[in-house]
Amino acid sequence: MMTDTPRLELIDVHKSFGPKVVLNGLNLALSQGESVVVIGGSGTGKSVMLKCILGLLHPDQGRIRIDGEDTVDLRGTERERILTKFGMLFQSAALFDSLTVWENVAFGLIEGAGMEREAARIIAIDKLAKVGMGEDMAEADPAGLSGGMRKRVGLARAIATEPDIIFFDEPTTGLDPIMGDIINNLITECVQDLGATTLTISHDMSSARTIADRVAMLYGGKIIWAGGVDEIDNCGNDFVDQFIHGREDGPFALEVT
Amino acid sequence: MSNPLAAVGRIFLSFLATVGRLSMFTGRSLSAVVTPPFYWRLCLQQMMTIGYYSLPVVGMTALFTGAVLALQIYLGSARFGAESAVPNIVVVGLTRELGPVLAGLMLGGRVGAAIAAELGTMKVTEQLDALITLQTNPFRYLVVPRLVAATITTPILVLIADIIGVMGGYLVGIHRLDFNSAVYLKNTFDFLEAMDVTSGLVKAAVFGFLIALMGCYHGFNSKGGAQGVGKATTDAVVSSLILILISNYFVTEAFFSQ
Repeated sequence: MMTDTPRLELIDVHKSFGPKVVLNGLNLALSQGESVVVIGGSGTGKSVMLKCILGLLHPDQGRIRIDGEDTVDLRGTERERILTKFGMLFQSAALFDSLTVWENVAFGLIEGAGMEREAARIIAIDKLAKVGMGEDMAEADPAGLSGGMRKRVGLARAIATEPDIIFFDEPTTGLDPIMGDIINNLITECVQDLGATTLTISHDMSSARTIADRVAMLYGGKIIWAGGVDEIDNCGNDFVDQFIHGREDGPFALEVT
Repeated sequence: MSNPLAAVGRIFLSFLATVGRLSMFTGRSLSAVVTPPFYWRLCLQQMMTIGYYSLPVVGMTALFTGAVLALQIYLGSARFGAESAVPNIVVVGLTRELGPVLAGLMLGGRVGAAIAAELGTMKVTEQLDALITLQTNPFRYLVVPRLVAATITTPILVLIADIIGVMGGYLVGIHRLDFNSAVYLKNTFDFLEAMDVTSGLVKAAVFGFLIALMGCYHGFNSKGGAQGVGKATTDAVVSSLILILISNYFVTEAFFSQ
């Protein structure tokens, strides 16, 4: 059900590292249940945007609202309360090497929500099944898993606490096209089951077309175009057009050279 | 040509910035020690890793240090006919100074490097960020168990090292220097005072804290992939060894200045 208050809203967010301006007045709003994919070249600040929302980085200026609550200056337990609303699939999956697969999936339930280990294990096995992994993998060491398997475990961990908002950081990077498609479909299925709002950052247009309700292009530290996934091929924006077709010639090329 | 004064100024400012960052890191760590949740299971795991698995290297170091100490003191004291002082000087030298310092230096290499490499790898592979997104404070989950475990287990290790070191001196005294076994042991224990052992154990606790702190600090601040983790590991070992030697002087002053 759509509500007037955006689930997630970034208003005029700025972030610089020394002289390098990464976010320069970023505005973006996500409604409840909406899936937005932010596309853009490497180093345009997509990951910085996610880290600012999660509180891993502090924006220099601007507001970030979660369900209408301003979160930029939240610290300690207040920040942890906001983080219970989030799940995240990291680009490298960021699995904890010292824990087994099921302990990774159940980590947020045990350490974050204070659930008993046995109860958390049952949920973890269920979430692993949702991403196509059997119980026999539960005790496996994450270091021994392939890239695709690691992403699946990361996805199971991201949905284990059934968060309201899920971030996907380059979910198909480093995977072959078939495994990429499997991950895209798993993301779509899991998110539909949860009814979660999702924000994905990606270079992969195939992934974006599968996952997104809406696509936004980040360039020069701000969103230069946003629209429905069905509008992207005829958006009339030269940057978007060059990016989605992967052409060498265009406005990006002028800056690269 | 750059101004040499400006270069000195930059180095000094960089040093001050590092001191500031380290002070803040220490403050956050100590604050996390006294606020819940406390991860007992992780603390026990770290006590095994830091303490139990360091026993062979610390034991070997102590055994041969005690043995060499007995030989050297015998050779030196023979010049003025004071060979009988060997057991006394071995036990005092080991408990007050060589036991804690050498164990600290060995642990700085073994444990400090391991902590920095593990946490540094977690940092560059986004595992620290993942912890935060899973509502877990990395200071409480990673730093506190290592700090507590190192601070508790290093004195225990040093106590064992003291015993093994005295045994090393005893073996050399009996088998190489022709001391009478009962006389050697009597001289050892008669001369030893509680303060000798206590000061060594306090030093050990300080060294353990510093080793874990340096490992965690440099691990948390590593950046840039494998090279960054390597640099963090080197920095952790070098800084912990230097801090051990500096703090050793001040703890010794505090105990024996009167």
